[in-house]
Amino acid sequence: MSFTQAIFEALESLNGNKMRSGLTVLGIVIGVAAVIAMLAVGNGAQASITGSISSIGTNLLFVFSGSADGPPGGPGSGRSGNNDRPLTLSDADALKDPFAAPSVELVAPAIQGNGTLTFAGENSTTTISGVTPDYAIVRNMELAEGEFINQEHILGRMSVVILGPESAIAIFGHADGVVGETIRIEGQPFRVIGVTVAKGGGAFGSEDNAAYIPFTTAQARLIKRGVRDEVDVIFIQAVSAEAVPSASEEVSNIIRQRHRTPIGIDDFTVFTQQDFLSTFATITGVLTIFLGGIAGISLLVGGIGIMNIMLVSVTERTREIGLRKALGARKKDILLQFLTESSLLSLIGGVIGIMFGWLIAFVVGKVATATGNNFTPIVGTDAIILSTSFSAIIGLFFGIYPASRAANLEPVEALRYE
Amino acid sequence: MDWVIEAHNLTKTYMMGEFEVQALRNVSFNIERGEMVSIMGPSGSGKSTMMNTLGCLDRPTSGEYILDGESVSEMNDDQLASVRNRKVGFVFQSFNLLSRLTALGNVELPLRYAGITEGRRERAQAALEAVGLKDRMTHRPYELSGGQQQRVAVARSLVNNPAIIMADEPTGNLDSKVGKEIMNLLLALNKERGTTLIIVTHDPNIAEQTQRVIRLRDGELDLDVTAEDKGRKK
Repeated sequence: MSFTQAIFEALESLNGNKMRSGLTVLGIVIGVAAVIAMLAVGNGAQASITGSISSIGTNLLFVFSGSADGPPGGPGSGRSGNNDRPLTLSDADALKDPFAAPSVELVAPAIQGNGTLTFAGENSTTTISGVTPDYAIVRNMELAEGEFINQEHILGRMSVVILGPESAIAIFGHADGVVGETIRIEGQPFRVIGVTVAKGGGAFGSEDNAAYIPFTTAQARLIKRGVRDEVDVIFIQAVSAEAVPSASEEVSNIIRQRHRTPIGIDDFTVFTQQDFLSTFATITGVLTIFLGGIAGISLLVGGIGIMNIMLVSVTERTREIGLRKALGARKKDILLQFLTESSLLSLIGGVIGIMFGWLIAFVVGKVATATGNNFTPIVGTDAIILSTSFSAIIGLFFGIYPASRAANLEPVEALRYE
Repeated sequence: MDWVIEAHNLTKTYMMGEFEVQALRNVSFNIERGEMVSIMGPSGSGKSTMMNTLGCLDRPTSGEYILDGESVSEMNDDQLASVRNRKVGFVFQSFNLLSRLTALGNVELPLRYAGITEGRRERAQAALEAVGLKDRMTHRPYELSGGQQQRVAVARSLVNNPAIIMADEPTGNLDSKVGKEIMNLLLALNKERGTTLIIVTHDPNIAEQTQRVIRLRDGELDLDVTAEDKGRKK
């Protein structure tokens, strides 16, 4: 009997018991849909995180005070409580040396603190960063309107501020046409000279909810630090993406020399964007596998459902099998017949499941967008191929036992079966 | 002589729990091509076993069985399936039609397993015409009467031009009038086509209509009456 005939007969027989076939298919549909949707959500999360890390800036390195290896003080903890020497402006200046650090293109030191913005009775607490003109380039920052801090503002310690769009909306109610207004930060008047373009959420919280003022102004008036010229973080742009590792090496050497740290015990941490990317890729990778694994279990349960139904079907059709054997069906004919049925069940389930899973991923994406998260589930071809082949294999695997049971029935016994 | 069936010392032993049951003991006989034979005997006489063996559904424990020139006793399952497909047509008491298939589909089944694709439909149609069901070809079994269903089964049994047709109580599920029609159909096929016909029955009226009667008792050949013998008795 040919293969197309087998498929035709299998379809006929599945069609003869629509309710049962439908319910069996449903088990596979749910399993495949779950796998597709979960992998899509995982991939989407990964892409979203990778994207937001990339948006921080290209070829970016961070230098924090404090060692990443030992307590206290990890990256970003600011000053740690022990003997670590804080990073200072002169550290930052030393990194600009083109001979000691040829891989470094730009250096942007910054100090950060929290402060309250006030305008016409509206309050908003946000992160205040004291930055230099290079900060805008290093951090990939674009202005929706106005201009960024320039050298003149730094030298004059001028009271000017660049607002993130969220902060602007928080106190003005809108993000456009606010340049020229005067707001108060911690009670002191500042003139708004620019608003940044919205970037969405990032690895360090939203960059849209922020205020940037000249470094010198922050140092003198808003953010007090124990050591003179102390900075919280130095942002460094390497000359190219390939130069990031050598830049990291050069920066480390310079600061080690300046801080006279014992060998192997750094009191600072250099972090590259690559480090962030690989860290988050690991986390989301584990997350994806975990979600996919749970979904895979439901696919397995669906497969067991197929096996169950096929066993019932074999018992029910014992007489039919006996008759077919009497008419000349060989073992492999019967085997093929039942394997085709079980494979078709899971294949149909797989196809419907892919569409259903796609729909779920789509809905999740819509919900995420509606609630303000920048997140799009990605249905990858790999997920489709994986779940289709997995469901086909499940159909085959769980069909083998019932089918071989049918194929090995003795014709005499089977014909006598009531 | 042109023997279509040669059975030598057929013995079949079953294990029923711990006891050995001999369903057939050293049964030997030959059947000529084109003959019409009844196999009779009370229940437990071994006539079902005899039918299963002659129909190649089962192998004898010992002894030799040659069907249409092929020695069947030592064949494996798939070879037996092939022999059944090519050389044996079955008619069962309970019709055994597949309810999902039309009359035509049911008759086509043996051809499907024979791997015949070309002219399959035409051959099935011809077989259905031969049993007088020309206008019922696309009906499904539940749309047919018992007699018509058995006619479909007869068409199915002869579509492959088998060497023998095995009919197991072919009229057992039919009333006497329809049963007579089926018997007449089988007799006519035997006469017109020369198909060897073996009917397993316990009904003496049926056996009366065949040329030869083989009677089994306790697994042994009890009586083998040919037409000439019958004539002599009268």
